[in-house]
Amino acid sequence: MHGLAVDPIVTNLTIFVLAVFVGYHVVWNVTPALHTPLMSVTNAISSVILVGAILAAGSGRLDTGALLGAAAVALAAINTFGGFLVTERMLEMFKKKEPKEKHR
Amino acid sequence: MIEAMSPNRVALLYLAASVLFILALKGLSHPLSARRGNRFGVAGMVIAVAVTLAISRRIDIALGAIAIGGLAGWFVARRVEMTQMPELVAAMHSLVGLAAVLIAGAVVDNPPAFGLSNPIPAGNRVELFIGTFVGAMTFSGSIIAFGKLAGLGTKFRLFSSAPIVFKGQHIVNLILAVVMVGAGLMFVTAGVGAHWPPFLLMTALAFLLGILVIIPIGGADMPVVISMLNSYSGWAASGIGFSLNNPLLIVAGALVGSSGAILSYIMCKAMNRSFFSVILGGFGAAEGSGAAAEQRSVKSGSPEDVAFLLGNAESVIIVPGYGLAVARAQHAVKEMAQKLIAKGVNVRYAIHPVAGRMPGHMNVLLAEAEVPYDQVLEMEEINGDFGSTDIAFVLGANDVVNPLAEQPGSPIHGMPILEAHKARTVVVNKRSMASGYAGIDNPLFYMDKTMMVFGDAKKVVEDIVKAIE
Repeated sequence: MHGLAVDPIVTNLTIFVLAVFVGYHVVWNVTPALHTPLMSVTNAISSVILVGAILAAGSGRLDTGALLGAAAVALAAINTFGGFLVTERMLEMFKKKEPKEKHR
Repeated sequence: MIEAMSPNRVALLYLAASVLFILALKGLSHPLSARRGNRFGVAGMVIAVAVTLAISRRIDIALGAIAIGGLAGWFVARRVEMTQMPELVAAMHSLVGLAAVLIAGAVVDNPPAFGLSNPIPAGNRVELFIGTFVGAMTFSGSIIAFGKLAGLGTKFRLFSSAPIVFKGQHIVNLILAVVMVGAGLMFVTAGVGAHWPPFLLMTALAFLLGILVIIPIGGADMPVVISMLNSYSGWAASGIGFSLNNPLLIVAGALVGSSGAILSYIMCKAMNRSFFSVILGGFGAAEGSGAAAEQRSVKSGSPEDVAFLLGNAESVIIVPGYGLAVARAQHAVKEMAQKLIAKGVNVRYAIHPVAGRMPGHMNVLLAEAEVPYDQVLEMEEINGDFGSTDIAFVLGANDVVNPLAEQPGSPIHGMPILEAHKARTVVVNKRSMASGYAGIDNPLFYMDKTMMVFGDAKKVVEDIVKAIE
């Protein structure tokens, strides 16, 4: 045994399990009317995989790994932009609208 | 640029991004806070990407790729029709899955770029294996789901919305899965330079499995499938996060994974189906026997008759189904409701959880037609009110208002329904007397207090609007 070093796998597992619990509780509170925006926004959030792709594309070399990374960056970026924008578009529609007759 | 960012600072900024993602989901608890939530999500993503660019050795490739992908995403998000949301979401799941596979490939190619030693430690290889096969299955499965939703079944049989079943299907899947896990184990134990063959074999098998797992699932179960793939895409991202020791990816993936799992559960419950029976597939196969065997008489009326009834009612509950969305009748319905409200009629909408082809789809379609969300009620909120309502107006819905669900022994017994049959008068618009997805007859149509109006939903509602004075 050398000191108190914890295997990163254990640390990761801790983070993972806690995050699943947080996700579970937060998502049960989402109103069913917004389940479609929930899906599109989770699509956008899962595109944070972009982070791994950027590291691959930016390794400093121009090899297979960098090319795979670049392709992954492009694919994930479609989700990032597409996901957040289409969610915004949908939520825009859920804004409370003043009846038009009132303005007359 | 590496010196500018200490590992601690990077980790703290990733933590901030994780919290912002949680706030993004939290915002969706109410329509009024939802947009702010979405902005939190964007902020989290900007932080995550900026930090990662700052610790990269070169950023030109990544920036170029972001520009290309971002432009494509922006374009699609602007152009997509709200009726096509299920297809769009399925397509986006497939992209996450494929991106996960590509990143895993990049890790295998060059571990030091991700701060991993070479050869990759066995633990990380196990995680890489999991992230890769889940990602690959998400990719190919979502492609099939996309094809089914987009109605490509007429061109390619693989995308048929009817379940594709063959003898020994489950055995074949099981054998493939075992071989895939075997290849995964070879990948984990492979010596330096021998990673690629088992990695590629495993990925190819996972692609194949993704296809085989989704083709036997029928069109009616799409809301479950799409939620399930949503969940998978999250787990794939988490798996990649594990192999890169990246807490941000782990957290974001876990949030998405649990969100998709909860939605799958809600959808299964709303359709009275067990999760396993959906996965095993075959439901919605053309059985058709027994249905429509008996010819009973229905009372049918004209749009003018309906307009008269609605105009004289005090309270009306509209029950929209997918037929309404297919006919693109949302705007006409909203116009009809407005005219009735102007006459003093209390008009509300009742939404069944599976009213569209994905969770919450009908709410979005009504919101697009500018129906105020406080007129739109969920099943639990409104079911008690049908008994005291003058007219339930069912538009393009069938199984979700079938009173047989309350009868023990019927195939849909136990499925939660909107209790339209309890209203004083029921008006049903359908194109024909064909049965719904469940393939069973609906006694609601033959009740004495029920009036059927046959025809395309949009045409019928427009005629009603004209006739209301």
